[in-house]
Amino acid sequence: MSRAFTACLWAATALAVAFLVVPVAAIFLRVPPGELLDALGSEVARDALRVTFATTVVAQVVILLVGTPAAYFLATRRFRGRSLVITLVELPLVLPPAVAGVGLLAAFGRFGLLGGTLSALGIEIAFTRLAVVLAIVFVAGPFFVRTAIAAFEAVDPNLVDASRTLGAGPGRTFARIALPLASGGLGAGAALAFARGLGEFGATIMFAGSLQGVTQTLSLAVYEQFDVDFDTALAIGAELVAASAVLLLVVKLVPRWRSSTQIFPTPSAPSLSS
Amino acid sequence: MAILHADLSHPLRSFALELTLEVGAETLALVGPSGAGKSTVLRAIAGLVRPARGRVVLAGDTWLDTVQGVDVPPERRSVGLVFQDYALFPHLSVRRNVAFGAPDGRAVHGLLERFRIAALADARPADLSGGERQRVALARALARRPRALLLDEPLSALDSHTRAAVRAELHDLLATLGLPVLLVTHDFEDAATLADRVGVLVEGRLRQVGTPAELVAAPVDPFVARFTGANLVPGTVLGERNGLTEVVLDSGGSMWSSDTRAGRVALSVYPWEVSLSHDVPDDSAVNHLRAPISRVTTLGNRARVAVGPLVAEVTTASVERLRLREGELVVASFKATAARLLPLA
Repeated sequence: MSRAFTACLWAATALAVAFLVVPVAAIFLRVPPGELLDALGSEVARDALRVTFATTVVAQVVILLVGTPAAYFLATRRFRGRSLVITLVELPLVLPPAVAGVGLLAAFGRFGLLGGTLSALGIEIAFTRLAVVLAIVFVAGPFFVRTAIAAFEAVDPNLVDASRTLGAGPGRTFARIALPLASGGLGAGAALAFARGLGEFGATIMFAGSLQGVTQTLSLAVYEQFDVDFDTALAIGAELVAASAVLLLVVKLVPRWRSSTQIFPTPSAPSLSS
Repeated sequence: MAILHADLSHPLRSFALELTLEVGAETLALVGPSGAGKSTVLRAIAGLVRPARGRVVLAGDTWLDTVQGVDVPPERRSVGLVFQDYALFPHLSVRRNVAFGAPDGRAVHGLLERFRIAALADARPADLSGGERQRVALARALARRPRALLLDEPLSALDSHTRAAVRAELHDLLATLGLPVLLVTHDFEDAATLADRVGVLVEGRLRQVGTPAELVAAPVDPFVARFTGANLVPGTVLGERNGLTEVVLDSGGSMWSSDTRAGRVALSVYPWEVSLSHDVPDDSAVNHLRAPISRVTTLGNRARVAVGPLVAEVTTASVERLRLREGELVVASFKATAARLLPLA
């Protein structure tokens, strides 16, 4: 009886792993590695890589710079309507990306809610590289903020209080106590947001379009090349698989690396005699 | 002369904190059961909690005055607070923990030496023993050169072996500081060893403040008496005879006290005033209670023996000599002068 049950568990696990691995493996097995590398040299692939790199990095900087203090605020302050604010921040996580795209267009498009004002100021957002950045920030930002709130909430409030009674103001306490102690969670959140941004498709294609060299990211290029040149689509896909795998590895290794550094003392503080 | 003055009023869950404290260059211990508001007092003085109403003044500097609208943030109050679990920064070495609040690096080395943690300077808090952590926490609090020191249950995070040694060390340290020191603890023995004066805090109010000897000799109410370790037996005063007051105990039998009081009382007697024997002794003790031993607890060379409603403290040698075993019928005796009568509400 129990052996049959164990066998069932084995079978289900094997089936799940096989099903999840086969499509990823197929990307690499269908075309010889040499041809994959050649396809990566194509102009479409190079343009897409450039656009993706430029937009994802800018989006990530925006997410970290705005998301970190916002998450600290939401994690450490109690105020009326706090749960509502957190729910609003989390909303994009469950929103279908196409809806996010329509929403962004309705807000920032030429005839959108804020589009008229922006147009008058000479700023056009829709179908520009800025639109790609906004789409990524909108869709990926909440992944970071949510993880960062949890990371800051996990910091023992007594440590923050101790820092204050030792003469450190709120800013210095944030920088020297809360930030380093939450850094493991912040790193994991940043990697998750980066991965989500890398795969962004729905919101981007609706709000920014898929113009090669301007707004066409790697994910959009896979879709475009699908009709034109399947091998190039596969090559770009392989590139994304590699990038995603590295990110996943970072998420898994950062906490382990952090906990192992706890054991080893840091190099000692600057010499006292000098 | 630095005097810390605190006048606090703050609603807590089921009662309000209402107290006024004055601490000179001495150690004042606040004792009381957990949840009596002890930690809130320290946090309010440090500026981590803002009380509903209050005033905190250290040697003329006003840190808090809710009437005047003064509320100096914690980082600008010259106060050292040692947390109950020490709250050492886990990501910083011992040296960096101590240096965190130091105005300059020079004092840090001296503190590491003074607290015998120089050899651990590069270790992380997670690798330290309880006693070592406590020394790091004290060194860190003093590195800021505070003008008042607050200690929250300084010994509760330690195991019983380390506790006695650390208590003696801490006593010597506090004596040399020359600062107002306010410490809170739930343990009267810790308070009596460490502090010059002890205040008993119950449900947010100070019941009694005095030297440990004063509290033991003349507790104002049954609560203070129990806190100082006394046996309390409820009863009713019957009347006076030969200059002694006769009390009929609720549990039966009558006892005599040299105190004068009427009505419902709690008869208070300290365990070390109670002697044990097999027969009613022929000595000056007038109070005798015959009952079986319900429990014998040994603590080092002393033993606490529970007899009926009383606990007697005797030496382990006596336990052996009198063969005191659980279930054995013995006589517990104490003098009328050792029996305090406290009003029962």
